[in-house]
Amino acid sequence: MSGPSTYVPKSGFEQWLDKRLPVMRLMHDSFIDYPTPRNLNYFWTFGAILTLCLITQVVTGIVLAMHYTASVDLAFDSVQRIKRDVPFGWLIQSIHATGASMFFLAVYIHMFRGLYYGSYKAPRELLWIIGVAIYLAMIITAFLGYVLPWGQMSFWGATVITNFFTAVPIVGTPIQQWLMGGFAIDNPTLTRFFSLHYLLPFVIFGLVILHVWALHVTGQNNPDGVEVKDKADTVPFTPYATVKDLVSVAFFVLMFAAFVFFLPDALGHPDNYIPADPLKTPPHIVPEWYLLPFYAILRAIDFSIGPISAKLGGLLLMVGAIGVLVALPWLDTSKVRSMRYRPLARIFFVIFVVVCGALGWAGGQSPDKVIWQSSSFRIEGQATGPGGAAQTYVGAGVTLEAAEKAFEKEKAKVVAAGAAPQSSTVTTPFQFKVTQFSQLLTLYYFAFFLLILPILGLRETPGRVPETIAKAIGAKHAAAAAPDREA
Amino acid sequence: MAIAHRALSAFARMAAVVGALGVMTAPAVHAAEALHPHKIDWTFDGPLGSFDQASVQRGFQIYKEVCAACHTLDHLTYRNLGEKGGPFVASGRLNAATGAWEDVKLGPPHHGGKLVPAADNPFVRAIAAEYQITEIDPTTGQEVTRPARPSDRFVSPYTNPYEAKAIHGVAPPDLSVIIKARHDGSNYVHSLLTGYVDPPEGEQPPGGAANLSYNPYFPGGWISMPPQLLPDRVAYTDGTPATPDQMARDVVSFLTWASDPKAAERKQTGLAVLIYLTILAGLLYAAYRQVWRDVKH
Ligand code: HEC
Ligand code: HEM
Repeated sequence: MSGPSTYVPKSGFEQWLDKRLPVMRLMHDSFIDYPTPRNLNYFWTFGAILTLCLITQVVTGIVLAMHYTASVDLAFDSVQRIKRDVPFGWLIQSIHATGASMFFLAVYIHMFRGLYYGSYKAPRELLWIIGVAIYLAMIITAFLGYVLPWGQMSFWGATVITNFFTAVPIVGTPIQQWLMGGFAIDNPTLTRFFSLHYLLPFVIFGLVILHVWALHVTGQNNPDGVEVKDKADTVPFTPYATVKDLVSVAFFVLMFAAFVFFLPDALGHPDNYIPADPLKTPPHIVPEWYLLPFYAILRAIDFSIGPISAKLGGLLLMVGAIGVLVALPWLDTSKVRSMRYRPLARIFFVIFVVVCGALGWAGGQSPDKVIWQSSSFRIEGQATGPGGAAQTYVGAGVTLEAAEKAFEKEKAKVVAAGAAPQSSTVTTPFQFKVTQFSQLLTLYYFAFFLLILPILGLRETPGRVPETIAKAIGAKHAAAAAPDREA
Repeated sequence: MAIAHRALSAFARMAAVVGALGVMTAPAVHAAEALHPHKIDWTFDGPLGSFDQASVQRGFQIYKEVCAACHTLDHLTYRNLGEKGGPFVASGRLNAATGAWEDVKLGPPHHGGKLVPAADNPFVRAIAAEYQITEIDPTTGQEVTRPARPSDRFVSPYTNPYEAKAIHGVAPPDLSVIIKARHDGSNYVHSLLTGYVDPPEGEQPPGGAANLSYNPYFPGGWISMPPQLLPDRVAYTDGTPATPDQMARDVVSFLTWASDPKAAERKQTGLAVLIYLTILAGLLYAAYRQVWRDVKH
């Protein structure tokens, strides 16, 4: 794709180096002369933003590790020491903690971009799959990192998640104990989590190199989803893509800084400022916002299917939610890459994005929270009056408790009037709870990949795809010149 | 805490884990919903807000004379009080000949003076010296006591971590980050301190415990901390009337400062960074327009 190298070593040293280790040639061909489609929009700048995020996390993380102490007795305090006593520790800690959220925000935009414009389709399947591997590594890294400050959420989050492994038949409990380094979350867990949290970002780094390598072999996709045909379709990476990336990076960093300096705790949970206490379970155990959709899927299953317990079912679905992304390039049967030309797919895509957001909301709620109920609880009692006449009395309320309270009041009145209560019947309304909502959302999540995309590609009538990028741009400008002839 | 942690029996830990799973699978127990804290217009709210230092100073007095009887403040050192942004920051002139600070006044340097290093700050030294530190003299191996120095951590009212729980039934939490450890922390602690009322009719403390007070802002309603801020609980030296509301505002200001002593520096730096980045983003956008001006895209 990149074609023959146009690098011309100028100085004697560059010529010498080029014959031995052509790194300058690699850099020149990858980041200067590299042809990029000229129709890329700002969604294509998130790769650069992600690179910045990764570097930021690694650099701030290495500094934090110089001051952090991975011990259950000192971890919480050492984070406070960093914020209070280490020069600029407050800044570095805040960047690292906020940076994790920013990283995920950027990766979600990057992934939804790929989904919308069909960037996972041939010949970019492997590029996409490497991306999924990066995403998985990011999730694990973030989970491990969240345990390190050893607050209540750190401890209990780790407890809940490692506990899910016990659902795996036979090897489940050994795996859980192996992960924890003992029978409960304790010092051995913390030290290994720290070690792995330090290791994984470098694994991600390696994967990113493969990712960009694969990208430079196939070339970038673009909003129109048509392959680059000739030079009229592209511009050189520098200065065109470089300056666009820089604009985007600057605005992203601006937002990032607003959080770091003015809302450092907005994305965290107050409970993580309470030191971990193995004897005190917090009322709501929730992960960080960027993992909430998976948490909702994990907890969505409240029934067992044959030998698969509810817990195992949840675990399988959560793993499947990421696994299905690996198969995506072969699940989507459409020949048309970009949803710009797939009006029907676009609607399902928008619903999918909303569903992912709703899963995030559901993951943050208590599973038993009632979202909607058909009526109030009603308790009807029968009594025999003083003269032997039958009498009924009713207590109603939004919750069973409230209904019971009201019922007892009515009953007391009836008794005071000299009647003898006989029996009572409770009418329970239909309740739509967070768990059921999560089930519906999970269903759509999987249906989108396993049913909608495979079928849609065969059935839908796509719009007219332009032959080349240059023609697509030409059509856009013609339409802009004559707005009433909207294409 | 360390030893308590280690000494936990395996059984207790397993019980706790089972408890956690119960939280996930069992229907939620509907404890009495706590009241939402009332909103207060704090001077330190928002990106440009800053502390009312007189209030933080009075708040320190409340902490010292009331809360410190039961609560620790482990993450603070006395020097923090005299560091930039702290309530007892002082300014003065360094006499080069004697090495002593002269004309030392409370407050940050405004006209001519310089910030007095916290270790030399006379206000901080005086506060620290009111406390005694017990330590082992390394030359004799004997226990000795000495007055605290600015570099010492706030002295705990307890001799060991078990005492707190033994005395109060529930260990009073450390207050260093309490504001951050509660949702809407500043408003919550203010509401909590001023929100004690008689229990609703028929409401009984769990297990009939006699040492619990009723506070609708506290989750569950029954709290092991008795009401603290009764009128004129302290005598303010600056003549401010010591009403419960005023005392609560002051101590919350102090605790909010204590939970994040770098907040002032953070906001100040942040403002400069945001201005810089806005200009940078604007310039880059202009460069982008320039580079792409002849390229249809
Ligand atoms: C007589 C001892 C005592 C004094 C004095 C005292 N407290 Fe407490 N405090 C406690 C105890 C005990 C608890 C634990 C309450 C519980 O969990 O039931 C507590 C809990 C708290 C909590 C946490 C409530 C929660 O949400 O868990 C805050 C905040 C608090 N105290 C603030 C203060 C402040 C501010 C002062 C000074 C004005 C103060 N306390 C003075 C004993 C005391
Ligand atoms: C550390 C995280 C990541 C970094 C640093 C990174 C970096 C990049 C870069 C620099 C590009 C080229 C510029 C662009 O298109 O934005 C790119 C493209 C791409 N990335 Fe990523 N990426 C990361 C994570 C992911 C993930 C998680 C996925 C998907 C699961 C993914 C899928 C893709 C795809 C499909 C492309 C090609 C897009 C196209 O040309 O249309 N990446 N990535």
